[in-house]
Amino acid sequence: MTYQQPHTEASVSYPETTAGSPLVAGGVKVAARDANVHYADKHAIKDVTLDIAPHEVTAFIGPSGCGKSTFLRCLNRMNDTIDICRVTGDIRLDGEDIYDRKVDVVQLRARVGMVFQKPNPFPKSIYENVAYGPRIHGLVSHKDELDAVVHGSLERAGLLNEVQDRLESPGTGLSGGQQQRLCIARAIAVSPEVILMDEPCSALDPIATAKIEELIDELRQNYTIVIVTHSMQQAARVSQRTAFFHLGNLVEMGDTETIFTNPEHKLTQGYITGRFG
Amino acid sequence: MTAESGTKSPTERMRATLRRRYAAERRFQAYGIVAIVVALSMLVTLFVTIIGNGAGAFVQHTARLDISVYPQDIDPGREADLDALARANYQSLVNDALYSMFPEATSRQDRRAVRDLISPGAKFVIRDMVMDDPSLIGQRVSVRVPLSSQYDQVLKGNVDPAVDFRVMRESSTEIPWSLPEGERLISDTQAGYLQQLIRQGEVEGSFNRWFFTNGDSRQPELAGIWGAAVGSMFTLMVTLLLSFPIGVSAAIYLEEFAPKNRLTDIIEVNINNLAAVPSIVFGLLGLAVFLQFFGLPRSAPLVGGLVLTLMTLPTIIIASRAALKSVPPSIREAALGVGASKLQCIVHHVLPLAMPGMLTGTIIGMAQALGETAPLLMIGMVAFVVDVPGSPLDPSTVLPVQIYLWADSPERAFTERTSAAIMCLLGFLILMNAVAVLLRKRFERRW
Repeated sequence: MTYQQPHTEASVSYPETTAGSPLVAGGVKVAARDANVHYADKHAIKDVTLDIAPHEVTAFIGPSGCGKSTFLRCLNRMNDTIDICRVTGDIRLDGEDIYDRKVDVVQLRARVGMVFQKPNPFPKSIYENVAYGPRIHGLVSHKDELDAVVHGSLERAGLLNEVQDRLESPGTGLSGGQQQRLCIARAIAVSPEVILMDEPCSALDPIATAKIEELIDELRQNYTIVIVTHSMQQAARVSQRTAFFHLGNLVEMGDTETIFTNPEHKLTQGYITGRFG
Repeated sequence: MTAESGTKSPTERMRATLRRRYAAERRFQAYGIVAIVVALSMLVTLFVTIIGNGAGAFVQHTARLDISVYPQDIDPGREADLDALARANYQSLVNDALYSMFPEATSRQDRRAVRDLISPGAKFVIRDMVMDDPSLIGQRVSVRVPLSSQYDQVLKGNVDPAVDFRVMRESSTEIPWSLPEGERLISDTQAGYLQQLIRQGEVEGSFNRWFFTNGDSRQPELAGIWGAAVGSMFTLMVTLLLSFPIGVSAAIYLEEFAPKNRLTDIIEVNINNLAAVPSIVFGLLGLAVFLQFFGLPRSAPLVGGLVLTLMTLPTIIIASRAALKSVPPSIREAALGVGASKLQCIVHHVLPLAMPGMLTGTIIGMAQALGETAPLLMIGMVAFVVDVPGSPLDPSTVLPVQIYLWADSPERAFTERTSAAIMCLLGFLILMNAVAVLLRKRFERRW
């Protein structure tokens, strides 16, 4: 399918990458080679090749509709739930092709957790929200162990102090920021290796956002984090590496500092300086 | 636009349209209010008519009889065995009691008139009493038995003349007939006996328990809705047990698992069409398949339930699918995101949220099934059944069919009972809807 580029910047060529060789130093957690996504006949992601390093925060930035969320959802196969969506190419987690027929999607999603744009706690108690994952995966064998996991997860999500005395009250009764941290606690309760965050702060006020950003920085010690964000300031604050997407293409990826101070590409420069987006 | 309006300022022009917009809004509200008033007045008319016609059926006039339970009449062998007692001749006991109250009636004709005062079902009342307590044999007991329906109707003022029962008891004036004797239901002689009975203080209007405990009968005073109500309960039970699990499973499969292709599109269109198929067609299908092919018993609530299951399935499937669709996708994402399998996601998170909608759909379907007559006519549930069914395989009828049967009967007393049965059916429906509302409230969760 031929694609009509609406922007004048389309004349510039996108960086060429070679498959096989690692693109980041110090190990690769997730590797994508020539990943393509089609929604029916719309080509949403075009030949994206990138590597995500462990124990780092990688930010995906780009204008609306550029495919950054779509690509994020490829990493734990959330796109499987959309009938018309077709993913091709090669995406590997620790060297294992996650789109391989032998890979169990349930297990993959336990390894690659996800936090969504809108806080979406289950309409159940705070305790049940966090306990659900470990329980269905059979990670705990008795109540005390489950209690420990729930408390530990809430603690790491920085929520324990606020909800300690009302674990049985509904999770939907919390404030927006608390709900989002509850969702993070729910994600880390199953001990994932990677946490995907799809604009986790877009529905939150600045104070709640600051708390989440702080939390993301702490979580980096134990998890690999990929975050999609609309806010370039946020990307600059929390991430070590940044990838800029435009119209389904990965335009540029590199150290956050480099991307924001000295981008290679004219498109990136235009976006981060606010000339379009 | 005229030259004049062209000179108006935008504010003035806006004001003119504003007036029109408000007028349109007021007009629309007026239409709505008129519609509601019309609908309500029709509803009130319906209820007033039904209650006005049917309230009388809850009262039945009875006469007190002093019955000597002679053992030689009912238990000559003195075995006190229930089988013999069931077959014994209680009519003669009733007759003896009546004749002793009216010693002046000696001719065949007069005695017949005396016997007619009391319901032909009085012997069953005595029989049931004796069978409950065989020690009554040989004693003299005082029993209240129902008056014949025509006398009951005269006393209620439903049949010429308009008599106030209490006035008649206190004064001994002649009954003010407006019709000549030949055109009346009861003759002067019969009226005389009735008045005599009333003056002796033996007649009393009391709560009509037979209406709620008996099955159908040719005698209106003995006809009750219990048989039909039990039949309806068995039928609905079968319908619910089959249609809820099948309907909900079909909805879950179609909504959550089935691939979206031409085949599922065709299935969806056909389910929607099925909801619009006239119910009698399901009756014909039931007749052809369940009765002819599978040879299931005729008139049985089991078959009625099967037919009504076919009829309610589309309703339940459509409502359940709508309920599943309305569960926010964020909840599914949340569940899938922590690694729940598709089934876990549905059972743990989607179903609890969709349950209120599914239950509402089911209860609406059940209410529809409860009021359904046509398909049941085809499978023989329109039969005259006196016995209260003991299982879903016994012949029986259902409430709406019972109403249909009574509405067809010429006796004035059945008119009254028709309305009373409608009241009971409506009561049932209101109860079911109340349950639906309660279930909704109980299961509804906010997110």
